[in-house]
Parts: sequence; structure tokens; C-alpha cells
Amino acid sequence: MFAFFVRRLAQAALVMFVISVIAFSIQDNLGDPLREMVGQSVSEEERQALRDKMGLNDPFFVQYWRFLKNALQGDLGTSYFFKRPAVDVILDKLPATLELVFGASLIIIVFSVPIGVFAAINPRHWFSKFAMAVSTVGISIPVFLTAIMSIYIFSVELGWLPSFGRGETVEIFGGWTTGFLTWDGLVHLILPCIALSSIMLPLFIRLIRAEMLEVLESEYVKFAWAKGLSPKRVWFVHALKNTLLPVITVGGVQIGTLIAFTILTETVFQWPGMGFLFLEAVNRVDTPLIIAYLIVVGLIFVVTNTIVDLVYGLVNPTVKLARPHGGDG
Amino acid sequence: MVAVKWQQFMESAFYHDFRRDKIAITSFVIMCIYVVACYAAPLIAPYNPYDPTIIDIMDSEIPPMWLDGGNSRFLLGTDAQGRDLFSTILYGTRISLTIGICAVLLQGVLGISLGLISGYFGGRVDSFLMRLADIQLSFSTLMVAIIFLAVFQALFGTELYERLAILMLILVIGIAEWPQYARTVRASVLAEKKKEYVDAVRVVGLRPVRIMFRHILPNTLSPILVISTVQVANAIVSEAALSFLGLGMPVSKPSLGSLINSGFEFIFSGSWWITIIPGIVLIVLVLVMNLLGDFLRDVLNPKLYKN
Repeated sequence: MFAFFVRRLAQAALVMFVISVIAFSIQDNLGDPLREMVGQSVSEEERQALRDKMGLNDPFFVQYWRFLKNALQGDLGTSYFFKRPAVDVILDKLPATLELVFGASLIIIVFSVPIGVFAAINPRHWFSKFAMAVSTVGISIPVFLTAIMSIYIFSVELGWLPSFGRGETVEIFGGWTTGFLTWDGLVHLILPCIALSSIMLPLFIRLIRAEMLEVLESEYVKFAWAKGLSPKRVWFVHALKNTLLPVITVGGVQIGTLIAFTILTETVFQWPGMGFLFLEAVNRVDTPLIIAYLIVVGLIFVVTNTIVDLVYGLVNPTVKLARPHGGDG
Repeated sequence: MVAVKWQQFMESAFYHDFRRDKIAITSFVIMCIYVVACYAAPLIAPYNPYDPTIIDIMDSEIPPMWLDGGNSRFLLGTDAQGRDLFSTILYGTRISLTIGICAVLLQGVLGISLGLISGYFGGRVDSFLMRLADIQLSFSTLMVAIIFLAVFQALFGTELYERLAILMLILVIGIAEWPQYARTVRASVLAEKKKEYVDAVRVVGLRPVRIMFRHILPNTLSPILVISTVQVANAIVSEAALSFLGLGMPVSKPSLGSLINSGFEFIFSGSWWITIIPGIVLIVLVLVMNLLGDFLRDVLNPKLYKN
């Protein structure tokens, strides 16, 4: 068990290291920090002197080491556009993105588990067939199209819901602004959250149904029936528990996809989150901001993924602890 | 020879199942219409959307024929630049489909080779490659592609980028998704490796490369076939998403995604068709591919690698 933990943490550190090397080489190649600082009017000798002084002529590894030391202290440079530390700019936008992800996850969990379980218990029920058909269509609609179409229907044609922005937000603590506590904020959350959950929801419904069907066929469930347990107990205590295990792993794998989808959703709804900020930074070639986004998102992603894996290792006694690279997890 | 093969195919269980499945037949027919229509675009399309001399800005934002203000010259109306939407969609679908297919070919070549190596040799090579695959998969194709293309665009400037867009999209989507094939192939190789025919050819003294590609690979084809349909659909969706973000095909040579992007701002002023019609074309294309993929999976029923 301990070895599994250590190995998993080592892998997380390795991934983070690779991300930092990539981020650093982007910084190294993209844009000239000197030009951003002094403009065009400085002579070549002065430039060279400044370059030496700033350490821009140092070898790659020396520069990387410096970058790493600063990064570990939370210093990823100053955004060219905002003239503020890039990490601060990103962290300002973090609540907006996290609330979007939270809202979408809530929709996914609240709907996928009951529908998936119902479809597995009653495979021939009309609702199950309907749900599966809708899921198949749902999986085929790209996130940004769901977003656009929901804007067209509910904002442009019907005029029921707002089409962009976060609406009214309140600050709760430490600069965290939330849209969950005002009516206007909640109304603004509806469409983006639905759009963000629109591909994951059918995916999870199908997954939960498939896993549940498999579990219901297994020996121990048959044995539970033979013992004469009530259907509810068999379904919800015996079967559901083992259904949710693989779902956790898939959930972990989907975190990266969910982050990518926030970029799409935020672009369509002009949601003032990290993804929207990132695309703006790309268009402005705001290198420090691009790097800060990479590192922050990479960190969120590595941490959540590691936690999911560790939890899975704790919960599931059959996971191959000695050989976590066995492959079939 | 061909006639015999054809006869065998007509009598096979596969064809039998196909004929009884209305959804599969419909999907297949729609798929064929798509492929024929978009690759015959120069013959079918009434206009050439890449020819700036025939585009008239005065024709911009004309609604589809059947709506008020529609013009019989433009079946599905025109976009913001005055291009015939029907022609532009045909050409755009061709680009989307081409990128999708080429990207999947690249995925296939990379993934199948690495999957064969991983499964056949096992040991350290296997655990290294599979760990790499796990990590890469968890990052999500779209995320990797967005970051890579964004950085590339920022590095080389928009002009050069627009010329290389098709190639870049194929490369990025192709490289990012190799683990899907590698895992599937590896799982089948592990099952095949235990069989006697592999021992037999090994005893005969054939080289590993020959054993892998000539003897094991043909027996892993059905799972490859199953995931390929879905992979093309996924690649098309990724391409559309990237183009929608402005990281893919330029508006002057639009794929379905960039067409949707170029029309997005106009839905607020009522010109919904520029976005919604290409959107529906994209959804139907992806849907029929997914349905065909489901059908293949149910019929060939290989023990697909989980997830």
C-alpha cells in the first residue's frame, strides 16, 4: 500500500516536472521579455547589458532552475496585458471556472446515477429506451454546439435566460466571488452549466447503466437474490456500491476533458473564467499568463487525478497495488 | 476471386445482422451520402466558395430559400461574407472529414505499432508505454490540442498558421489519441500471444516484426475496426471544437467548426442559419458515425478494453 502511494506521488511529481519544462520552454521561445520592458528605443549594447543582468544569456538549465525556484514561490511573472502578477490574474478568475465546474458536476451526479441505475434495473421500460436514445444523440452533439443552440433557443428566441457573463455576484470570503447566492447569478449559471454537462451526462448515464448491468449478472448478486433479500437492498446496497467504483476512475480521467470543455463553454458564454482568459492571453501573446494557466491547470489536474487514484486504491481492495502499471484498471 | 469474397460477405453473419438493423442501414446510407456529396463537392456545389471573384458582399446574410427574403439562387442562404452556404458546407464537410480520416490513420499507425510492441514484448517496455498512454489519455486530447495549437499559433503568427492549419490539426489530433489504439491492440495481443499458432511461428524462427504484423495483427482487426468509426467521429468533433476556438481552419477555407464560429455572432441579429445549419450537418455526421460504431461493437462484440 505504501509503495503504491509513493509510486503514485512520484508519478504526479514527474508529470508536474514535465509540465514545468514545457511551460519554461514556451517562455523561452515566445516573446522577448526585454522588449516588453524597455521598448524599441534602447541601443544594442544596453540591451546586451540588460540581458546579462537579467540572466537571459545564462545556460538553459540555470534559467530553468531560476524559473522553478520562482514558480515554487508562486511567482510566474507579470502579465504583459494586466500589468499584475500572472498568478493573481489567474486566481481571480478561478472562482468563476470552479463554480461552473461545480454546477455541471452537480447536474451530472444528480441525473446520471438515478437514470443509469433505473435503465439497468428496467432495461425494457420505455423510459430506459428513451434515456438511452437521448444519450446516444447527446454524445454526438459537441459542447459548443449545445451552448450555441441553447443560447439561440432560450436567449434569442424565447428571451428567458441571459446569454453571457456571470451576472450579479457577491464576495463571500477572501476574494471568492460567487454567483450561487444571488438570483441573477443563478440565472446566469443555468445555461453554461447545462452546456458544460451536456456531453458528460450521457456518457455517465451509459457508463453507469453498463456497469450496473454487468454487476447485476454477477454471482454475488445472484446469491443475494437467493438469500431472499429485498430488491431495494440488492440494488442499492449490494449492486450500486460496486457499480460506482469504475465510475470514480472514469470520473478522474474525465477531469482533463472537463477543463478543456470549460474553455469552450466559457468562450461561447463569455464567462469570465480561466479558460476565456487563457484564449485572450493566447490572442495577445501574453506569455506569462499562458504559462501561469498551464501551471495552475496542470496542478489542479494532477492533484485531483492523484487523489482519485489514491482514493480508488483505498476503496477497491482488488486494485493491483504491487503492480499499478498492470494496465487494466 | 472478388466474386467469391462478395458471396462470402453476403452470406456472413455480419451482413445478416446489418440487414436486420434499420438504424444501422439508415446510418450507413446517410454516411454514404455524406462521403459522396462532400468528395464530389466541386461537381455538386453551385458555387466555389474559395473563389473570391464570384463572391459578392451584397449577397451576405440571405436567409434560406424557404424563408422570407430567401433567394432561389442560394438553397440554404448565404453567410456573412456572401458565400453560398450550401456550397460552403459541402466543401467544409470535405475538410472536416478529411482531417478526421487522416488523423485517425495517423493514430492507427502509431497506436497499432506501439500496442503491438507493448503487448508482444511485455515487461518494462510494456509498463513504460502503458503508463505513458494512461498519462496522455488523462490529459484529454482537446486540452493537449488547444495548448499545443495555441502556443504554435502564438510562436509562428497567424499567417503561417493558416497555411499549415490542416497539417497541424491532423498531426495534433493524430498524435494525441494514439493510446486509444495502443490499448485496444495491446489487449488483443495479450490474448493472441497465448495461442499456439504464435508459438508455432516463433519456433519456425520468424523475426518478431514479422510475427507481430503478419500473424498477430490480422487477428486483432475487429476491435480496431470497432474503435475506428468512433475515433473518426471524435476526431471530427475535436477538429470542430478547435476551429470554433479559432485554433483550426481559417474562415477563408472553413471547416464545419470554423463556419459555426464565423456565424456565431450573427445569431443575436437573427441570422441563425449561418451557425445552426452547419451545426446540424455536423451533429448528424457525428451521430451516424457513433451509431455505426455502436452497431459494429454489438455485432463484432470484441472484449473491448474497458474505458
